[in-house]
Amino acid sequence: MKCEICQQRAATLHLTNYINGKKTEVHLCPQCAKENGNLDSNEEQYTIHDLLTGLFHNYSNSTAKTTETKHNEQTCPRCHMTYQQFSQTGKFGCSQCYQTFSDYLDPIFKRVHGGNTKHIGKIPNRQHVHLRHKRLIQDYRDQLQQLIIEERFEDAAKVRDKIKELEQKSESSHEQGDEI
Amino acid sequence: MSLQSFIDKAISPWMQEEGPDHDIVLSTRLRLARNFTDVPFPLMAEDEKLKIVTNWIKEHFNHQSFEQYKNLEYFAMEDLQPLEKQVLVEKHLISPFLVERQKESGVLLSKNEQVSLMVNEEDHIRLQLYFPGLQLDRALEEAFKFDDWLEEKIDYAFDEDHGYLTSCPTNVGTGLRASVMMHLPALTLTGKVRKMIPAINQLGLVVRGIYGEGSEAAGNIYQISNQVTLGRTEQDIIDDLHSVVEQLIDQERYAREFLVEKSGLRLEDRIFRSYGILKYSRIIESKEAAKCLSDLRLAIDIGYIKNLSTAILSELMVLTQPGFLQQYAQETLTPEQRDIKRAMIIRERLRLEDK
Repeated sequence: MKCEICQQRAATLHLTNYINGKKTEVHLCPQCAKENGNLDSNEEQYTIHDLLTGLFHNYSNSTAKTTETKHNEQTCPRCHMTYQQFSQTGKFGCSQCYQTFSDYLDPIFKRVHGGNTKHIGKIPNRQHVHLRHKRLIQDYRDQLQQLIIEERFEDAAKVRDKIKELEQKSESSHEQGDEI
Repeated sequence: MSLQSFIDKAISPWMQEEGPDHDIVLSTRLRLARNFTDVPFPLMAEDEKLKIVTNWIKEHFNHQSFEQYKNLEYFAMEDLQPLEKQVLVEKHLISPFLVERQKESGVLLSKNEQVSLMVNEEDHIRLQLYFPGLQLDRALEEAFKFDDWLEEKIDYAFDEDHGYLTSCPTNVGTGLRASVMMHLPALTLTGKVRKMIPAINQLGLVVRGIYGEGSEAAGNIYQISNQVTLGRTEQDIIDDLHSVVEQLIDQERYAREFLVEKSGLRLEDRIFRSYGILKYSRIIESKEAAKCLSDLRLAIDIGYIKNLSTAILSELMVLTQPGFLQQYAQETLTPEQRDIKRAMIIRERLRLEDK
């Protein structure tokens, strides 16, 4: 059902008014309801941190009570942030916290980042050469598959050689003890 | 070079150029959040740990130049006067949060004010680059180059799954926040912008007013930025933002034409009343000033007023902020005194143009 005022958004609020014994029904979206004074809302005051900490609590509530005490005791070995502090501030204390609290992160990331949990963007140039190679090899493999489907075997052979070359490179850099 | 040069000018040097779509897009800003791998994030780090970061930045980047970003200079928050900090906030070179952090925090600024690197804000590093008009692709290219240059000297906190690790889960992954500042008077007047915001939000983008309280957009200036930072490439993020901004530009142009056509005289009346207020008022609050300056900018863009440049309006928008007013007056002012000073500065500045 569409909102009666804007005719665009979905009507999620259904209000029934009785005026002089006469019953009227209106179907509105939250925005229009607010503009018309049908909805008294303090949403504006709600900050991203309130929302985030809300997510943590939702998650704790949905997990079994027995694990509750367990995560409350959990502490990051590096910065000494406790799970409780983490869920209250909605912030990590250090890079190690990502491992310490890893069990609870995916649901949070999914909600904040539209269902995503894995980074596919930039990789540092100097420190993570190995990862860059890995990403590149994966791209070439996808390309290779496509070329085989299109029966462009000569091009496919070239791409396969590139993959081999990269694999050798990253193996040798591995042996030299490059950072992973 | 001293701090003085940064706070004397209301307009950053990079803003004096006109960028693409400058009649609607004021500026493009790109921010990358980065952290040192072996120092706890500012929230949990002791001062001595944070000092590692500030010292490292000073040692490797203070008084350096990278390509067109010349003479990087570091300013510690502790060394600045409250008013000086307020001025930097009003120029959007630093965040209010950095000012609150005080100890072991600071900012590295390039001479042209195009790069502002905040140190020990929420993250160890918040690299920000600014461009006039709509230039997201160029901004990303430049930000990546600058980031690579920093990474030559810094071991970033990064892992394969989560990308660049940040203090807040809302920034993890790319650490990228791309924002475009837009002047949308016609879409605001016709009430269309309010209808468009929910649709834009659904695309993972955020619209908010700047210079205003909460969601109110003083001076009809809005900032559109991405919310999602994880699971998408930087290029995808800015491509999405770009396409929404282009649509807003088209809609705003269309709304302007519509207003001129349907209620040209009313619009002209409104604009010239605003011009009158700016030219002759003796007391003016910031909200009224912002509204009138927006009307005047619109008038210049659609050709109602000819012998005035939009650069003056950008300048006045910043110049009439509380911090700048007081910096100009060289003393602290009460709100009432500020309103008087504001009216005076606007009158004088516009009179200069008449000559």
